[in-house]
Amino acid sequence: MNERREKAQILDAPGIARAVTRIAHEIVERNKGVEDVVLIGLRSRGVELAQRIAAKLTEIEKATVPVGTLDITLYRDDFGRAATQPMVRRTEIAFSIDDKKVVLVDDVLFTGRTTRAALDGLMDLGRPRVVQLAVLVDRGHRELPIRADYVGKNVPTSHQEAVQVFMAEEDGVDRVVIYEATDTPGERARVTRAATDATD
Amino acid sequence: MRILIEGGRVIDPANQRDAVLDLLIEDGRIAALREPGSARGGGGAPPQTDRLLDARGKVVCPGFVDLHVHLREPGREDMETIATGTRAAACGGFTSVCAMPNTSPVNDNQTVTDFIIDRARRDGLVNVFPIGAISKGQHGEELAEIGELVGAGCVAISDDGKPVMNAELMRRALEYASLFRIPVIQHAEDAHLTGKGVMHEGRVSTELGFKGIPAASEAVIVARDILLAELTGSHYHVAHVSTAEAVRMVREAKARGLHVTAEAAPHHFALTDEAVMSFDTNTKMSPPLRSSRHVEAVKAGLADGTIDAIATDHAPHTIQDKEVEFDYAANGIIGLETAFGLTMTVLVEGGVLNVSQAIARLTCDPCRIFRLPKGTLSVGADADVAIVDPTREWVYDVKRSASKSRNSPFHGWKLKGQVLSTIVGGKVVWELEG
Amino acid sequence: MGWTRKDLLGVRELEAEEIGLVLDTATSMKEIASRDIKKVPTLRGKTVINLFYEPSTRTRTSFEIAGKWLSADVINISTSASSVVKGESLKDTGLTLQSMHPDVVVIRHPVPGAPHLLARLLKASIINAGDGAHEHPTQALLDLFTIRERRPTLTGLKAAIVGDILHSRVARSNIFAMQKMGMHVRVCGPPTLLPRYVESLGVEKSFQIEQAIADVDVIMMLRIQRERMGAGLFPTLREYSKLFGLNLDRMKLARPDVLIMHPGPINRGVEIAPEVADGPFSLILDQVENGLAIRMALLYLLTGGQGTNN
Repeated sequence: MNERREKAQILDAPGIARAVTRIAHEIVERNKGVEDVVLIGLRSRGVELAQRIAAKLTEIEKATVPVGTLDITLYRDDFGRAATQPMVRRTEIAFSIDDKKVVLVDDVLFTGRTTRAALDGLMDLGRPRVVQLAVLVDRGHRELPIRADYVGKNVPTSHQEAVQVFMAEEDGVDRVVIYEATDTPGERARVTRAATDATD
Repeated sequence: MRILIEGGRVIDPANQRDAVLDLLIEDGRIAALREPGSARGGGGAPPQTDRLLDARGKVVCPGFVDLHVHLREPGREDMETIATGTRAAACGGFTSVCAMPNTSPVNDNQTVTDFIIDRARRDGLVNVFPIGAISKGQHGEELAEIGELVGAGCVAISDDGKPVMNAELMRRALEYASLFRIPVIQHAEDAHLTGKGVMHEGRVSTELGFKGIPAASEAVIVARDILLAELTGSHYHVAHVSTAEAVRMVREAKARGLHVTAEAAPHHFALTDEAVMSFDTNTKMSPPLRSSRHVEAVKAGLADGTIDAIATDHAPHTIQDKEVEFDYAANGIIGLETAFGLTMTVLVEGGVLNVSQAIARLTCDPCRIFRLPKGTLSVGADADVAIVDPTREWVYDVKRSASKSRNSPFHGWKLKGQVLSTIVGGKVVWELEG
Repeated sequence: MGWTRKDLLGVRELEAEEIGLVLDTATSMKEIASRDIKKVPTLRGKTVINLFYEPSTRTRTSFEIAGKWLSADVINISTSASSVVKGESLKDTGLTLQSMHPDVVVIRHPVPGAPHLLARLLKASIINAGDGAHEHPTQALLDLFTIRERRPTLTGLKAAIVGDILHSRVARSNIFAMQKMGMHVRVCGPPTLLPRYVESLGVEKSFQIEQAIADVDVIMMLRIQRERMGAGLFPTLREYSKLFGLNLDRMKLARPDVLIMHPGPINRGVEIAPEVADGPFSLILDQVENGLAIRMALLYLLTGGQGTNN
């Protein structure tokens, strides 16, 4: 199995922490507080991020912000086409999203397809007042008219490169890494797939 | 017409012969067996014959005799006719077949027997010996006109396809048949114990959830009939024996001097009930494929002569009768073209029989028990000869079968032992291409 | 590891990992039942045909709802009202359906192996919803799922299946599935209703229900059918109930935390007393609910898996 070659580390642990802090402050500013704000993390590392942002929000505003997890596998647009079938995981949102200010949280924003699927999923679960998007990394190459409201770091990449976010809760370490472009399409597909839990 | 078969290993168990010899056929009869090369003149000049067959490295034996074949004509010509069935027989090295009476109409009277004999004379590639029914319409109630059937040419009687359930009728059939010195052939199963069963009752039927047919179904009828054979002193023959229990009882009956004989079909020594796990309806037949304990008993029975003959129970069925849900599929498979290959591959390669014994079970032994004037290469005998290669490997392709039907579970099997030429009455009726 | 089979014809041929994948996927699917809008777009544009040669309300409805919640188009064919009555063969019915390009055909049929026949003929994924006395794989999977909800580790659990094992596809599938997951299985019933060679399936055999249920984690009761009486297999429902019925007295012999299951429909008062069926350890209704999740999981896995990419 070919090892992916790391091109560069774009965020380290302190960098991620600073991004989380800044995003939390921006959420407070934009929404004028955290009343009616809920965070919904997209599986799987978006969930960890959402929890960290929620913790930071609690620190800032001294109020609890509910966190839910959304699995978008059933809303993907590549059903039956992908090389391997992704595992369906549970959606767990223990509160109503009706009339709430939902902040979707994901680790990497790439083509925008994951966000599109997440919006479809959200609409089946209720009627939010507003939906905002927070991502740790925006790597460009949008294929749909989607944009993030809160961005940890903008990272220009070539399409063949891959961006991987590692979070301590799941991976034991906090870092964000770019992998080099690979030559073979199959390898590229494998690397792209492996880089995030879902193509986005 | 003179045919010389040169240099083959002539195996003629009836005459205890196994030697490399030249075989000369003249006017439809075995004319002579001579030292190899002796038919050639000085300097090795070829002899004066109409046909010269080079059998060097091959085996020359009597044409095989199948005691149990369903030719389906009259009535089900869509499945098989006497023409196509005898052609399949010739492909399999068979030069004589006994035709079971469960046609439509049933062969329970002279008219149908006459028809079969006439058709066979006109269209048949090999000799056809009709078997008449035991009971009228095979309903198991009243005896058929057995005397007339024998007079018309039937060599045995049977209600095959069905058992004779009524013991009194079986007794009377045995008694009456002894007048004509013909065997009474029983398709041995108890219709009630079998019920709606579709496969052997055992571990496999338990796993598959199919209604099973216990071995006891065959055994109770064989047990009953042997007692009746003892009572009447008549010749009782068990068709397609498949269970260890029945083999054991036939062995004991023979040891006690009763006139009891038996045959087994190749599928009952080549396959077990495990084959049904594929749900392939070509593994559905009556009696069913049994578990390995019974298969071993059948092999042992063939080895020690308890089972006298290998008989195919060639049972053609149309695709629509077979390509349905297992419970609804017709019973039976074709078998004329694979019998020799299976016998060689499973029994001879498997060390159960040697080549000569195997040939005996296909030739002189069936003829001996049914008193048919065939199955030998004695000088003066009918020139029914098969030239075979017992070691040649080939793959059975059912799509190229001479039979009209395609219901065989052996499609694609690699077999060892192939028929090369078949001669009936001194005429080459079939030859392997290439 | 994703799902790679074209069809689900039985549990016997599945590996433990495959069973685990179905159960895990069903866990995620179950959440959809708690939503207000019970619909996800995943199987949009896919066609599921329910081909039922035997009457069934619960299984067929379960498959229908499962398909619809996944946004598939679901068609129900019950053969009593179709050309099968005119003598159309299964093969021809299958080929006719094939020309309508279904993605999944769910078939229930009285003869073992019928789904296998269809699977050979059709490009569609075939799900066996019950073939004679052979298998009912979705039932066994939902039964395992239900047990796993209460007992997360299946390995080492003991189950007793009580009733007409001889004619039961639910029993066979459960025997295969439970053993695959490391459970120990005991079957119980009168000798006429236990297959003669049942122990060759690797299960224990018992003719006494008191002994059979004493130390097990799960008791699965099977429905006893009136038709079996006529066949000389046992004298009356009354006698069967007296000897093999699961009533409150017998429950005292079982473990206090035993799980009670039944594939349904139940004969109240025959094989199971109403108090037991409705009691605190009865999982009978959970089974129905989980049937939906399992069937959704299977429709998802079969239509999305590589097995369907021809």
